[in-house]
Amino acid sequence: MTTDLGLPALGGLDLVPGTDEAQKAKDYKSDQEVRWCPGCGDYVVLNTIQSFLPTLGLKRENIVFVSGIGCSSRFPYYMNTYGMHSIHGRAPAIATGLATTRPDLSVWVVTGDGDALSIGGNHLIHALRRNVNLKILLFNNRIYGLTKGQYSPTSDQGMVTKSTPMGSVDTPFNPVSLALGAEATFVGRALDSDKKGLTEVLTAAAQHRGSALVEIYQNCPIFNDGAFDVLKDRDEAERRIIPLRTGEPIRFGPDGDYGVTRSAWGGLEVGKVSEIGEDNLVVHDPAITDTAYAFALSRLGGQDLHHTPTGIFRQVTRPTYDDLARHQVEQAREAKTPDLQALLRGKDTWTVT
Amino acid sequence: MSTSANGSGTGALSASRPTEVNQLDRVVIRFAGDSGDGMQLTGDRFTSEAAAFGNDLATLPNFPAEIRAPQGTIPGVSSFQVHFADYDILTPGDRPDVLVAMNPAALKANLADVPRGGTVIVNVDEFTKRNLSKVGYAADPLEDDTLSAFEVHRVAMSTLTQGALAETGLGKKDAERCKNMFALGLLSWMYHRPTEGTERFLREKFAKKPDIAEANILAFRAGWNYGETTESFATTFEVAPAKLAPGTYRQITGNAALAYGIVAAGQRSGLPILLGTYPITPASDILHELSKHKNFGVTTFQAEDEIAGIGAALGASYGGALGVTSTSGPGVALKSETIGLGVMTELPLVVIDVQRGGPSTGLPTKTEQADLLQAMFGRNGESPVPIVAPCSPADCFDIALEATRIALTYRTPVLLLSDGAVANGSEPWLIPDVDDLPDLRVSFATEPNATDGSGEFWPYLRDPRTLAREWAVPGTPGLQHRIGGLEKADGKGSISYDPDNHDHMVRVRQAKIDGIDVPDLAVDDPSGGKARVLALGWGSSYGPIGAACRRVRKRGLPIAQAHLRHLNPFPANLGDVLRSYDLVVVPEMNMGQLAMLLRAKYLVDIRSYNKVAGLPFKAEELEGVFTDIIKEVVAA
Repeated sequence: MTTDLGLPALGGLDLVPGTDEAQKAKDYKSDQEVRWCPGCGDYVVLNTIQSFLPTLGLKRENIVFVSGIGCSSRFPYYMNTYGMHSIHGRAPAIATGLATTRPDLSVWVVTGDGDALSIGGNHLIHALRRNVNLKILLFNNRIYGLTKGQYSPTSDQGMVTKSTPMGSVDTPFNPVSLALGAEATFVGRALDSDKKGLTEVLTAAAQHRGSALVEIYQNCPIFNDGAFDVLKDRDEAERRIIPLRTGEPIRFGPDGDYGVTRSAWGGLEVGKVSEIGEDNLVVHDPAITDTAYAFALSRLGGQDLHHTPTGIFRQVTRPTYDDLARHQVEQAREAKTPDLQALLRGKDTWTVT
Repeated sequence: MSTSANGSGTGALSASRPTEVNQLDRVVIRFAGDSGDGMQLTGDRFTSEAAAFGNDLATLPNFPAEIRAPQGTIPGVSSFQVHFADYDILTPGDRPDVLVAMNPAALKANLADVPRGGTVIVNVDEFTKRNLSKVGYAADPLEDDTLSAFEVHRVAMSTLTQGALAETGLGKKDAERCKNMFALGLLSWMYHRPTEGTERFLREKFAKKPDIAEANILAFRAGWNYGETTESFATTFEVAPAKLAPGTYRQITGNAALAYGIVAAGQRSGLPILLGTYPITPASDILHELSKHKNFGVTTFQAEDEIAGIGAALGASYGGALGVTSTSGPGVALKSETIGLGVMTELPLVVIDVQRGGPSTGLPTKTEQADLLQAMFGRNGESPVPIVAPCSPADCFDIALEATRIALTYRTPVLLLSDGAVANGSEPWLIPDVDDLPDLRVSFATEPNATDGSGEFWPYLRDPRTLAREWAVPGTPGLQHRIGGLEKADGKGSISYDPDNHDHMVRVRQAKIDGIDVPDLAVDDPSGGKARVLALGWGSSYGPIGAACRRVRKRGLPIAQAHLRHLNPFPANLGDVLRSYDLVVVPEMNMGQLAMLLRAKYLVDIRSYNKVAGLPFKAEELEGVFTDIIKEVVAA
């Protein structure tokens, strides 16, 4: 038996109180000394987020960062908002409880590749499936940093690390593909060093009502230095990064020589525009309901970063778990005034005098 | 004293009884049949009839973990025992005076518990060669002398039910399924139970299938009329209403009472409730019940696993709701890390553990009280949590409020140890007046509190009386702060690796729990202090220990009884109580977990009596244990 749950139509921040007071990046810096290693990609991401949050115009006290365990999970301590540094892998679960009971909060989860995809894989996929109004920032450095250099679920197969002296035999996850498989309604990807690109994705994520997963490629200078260097070298990046821009044909490469078109079997593939023909380029639309499109985009890129789509893969509307759960509480209250004494009495009583 | 029963009355059935009527003060009936025979429903209905009549009562459902074990086999037997009386009783009864056996398996599995001279009512239709061989009866026990010590009634319940429903047009199989209501009707007649409640119940239960409702009612009436018209039952029995304290009563199971306690805690604290949980036997009924009461501001979150359940509860508490999680022992194992985070972040959280047989999956549908040490110590590091335990089904309501009081006052996770016996058992409950329930209102931090004039908010400053830190919820301007699992500097709450600070914080967290205000332990000793032996228990063994003490005292032997509802911290007077007896006996459905804690803390020797059989103690069994011990002490 199923029943109609109703369909609230809201933006991601509609229930979060805003402020007219001008905010600056420094308002979001806490008094705690940042203790990441020199050169860590986390610094850049922290700066970008501290610069971008003021643009949302929210009351600072209504923003919460919840993290798990790992280098990236120290993030909340450096933000002058509310924050909880919780347990390895469990941040999405804790944030689900918070977001469900507090629609007036903008709740962010900061996690890493080990935290989100290994120990916390279960919570991640279920948060995405439920579409809880959470923004999940997955800092992917393809290595365990805080435990000093073991391979992670996104490390290259064959990677020699402290725990894999003969090379890792594990097949890595593609986090964007995983999120799409878990029915995520918003999935994006950006590079730690690309302030503009990251800000665009984060802004859209914040406005999205529901779970948003943003994969951030992040350099670990100590245990996996240069993992994304090919995307940071200007010439290499041009050949590899496929920028996804809504409403535009998907093109990349020097002078836009390359583009994305439909493959023979119905998926997507990269080809030379001169061979494909401009009319046959795919025009990017993250609102396509069928996950197959965004999934095909995510498969254009491989672990070797030969091609790497960045931007917003998918952005669709679906009722959120927390809105629906609160809606049921409200419906129940309207249908039946809470009367504790009546509840305790129940239907069948007897009286002793 | 008089009683009136709402909704009972004379009922649709009335009898001119040619039979002899015997007055009894108490009766124990056990309904036993196949898992699919509806024995739990039958027992539950009989219980409701007894409650409506005003008897005191206690019940013991006993069913297999398999939903439908192979039909007609011993592992598939499900039973429901109800004890009802004209005085206040403490247990579901040791042995059934009446066994209703719906098939050979039910007879074989339960006969050993029936005392000589007891009544056995069997459904003869199920005593076929095939069914007999399934359970290893070489000969039909109805034909040989297996039952010679009992008063046996052979009733063709399946045939009679099908006959009664012949006109309804219901298929043979569907008609036969109503035989449990036939049995209920027969027993209702035998014990002069009101019937209107059951008929109303059936109409409501099958509101969408009125033909099924009518079929069940027909079967119920057929059972009643069978007793009335056949001559095989020479005697009927009456158990007068009990002389309970004045007030309005209802029947309630432990899990329902616990769920109501949580709803009440939300209302009395003014906080919304989030139950984060994962289905697990025997705790799932708490989720089922709470999910019906959303209008009280209760959100139930069925999570992807046990860890997410408690995680969401803790997240809700962080946001200023009352976070609750419900589980059984295996789930507590998974939740341990989050309980530790609750200890570290000092947030309120109620963790309900409905204990079952362990270790591992153990005996999911059976009772045990072997999670005490897990609750006490089952986390990494020095991680003290308060522990409370209900002593009866109705007490589950009060203990939920008490767990909430401690969680909110002291900002800490609280372990509430229920168990399968109290969770599924039921008894009359004197319905409390809502205005008499404890006031659980809390106040959130609203102002910066730094003592250095900085105007900051320091999350780890404490109330000097309770040692609780302030509860500053997100959304409060000016109080932005960060908490987490890393050790924090006392007061200011920044991350701190300072050795002295850690030592200090470990001690403060312990002192906070040790300092929880717990009522003194009351001792029951009607001999006026002559008792030299104290029987001390915790949890669901309250009933059997109490019943055993009554029996011992009836023999003229003094014995004192005390029962712990607070397991951590213990009542302040516990050490003095223990030391004032020559011998303290502690019966537990574990290998001596409370005894271990008592010996360690008070250096008092304890006589443990342990049984871990998945079933509650019998009063008779403990009577023997206590009697022997008293004799031993007197002789020494």
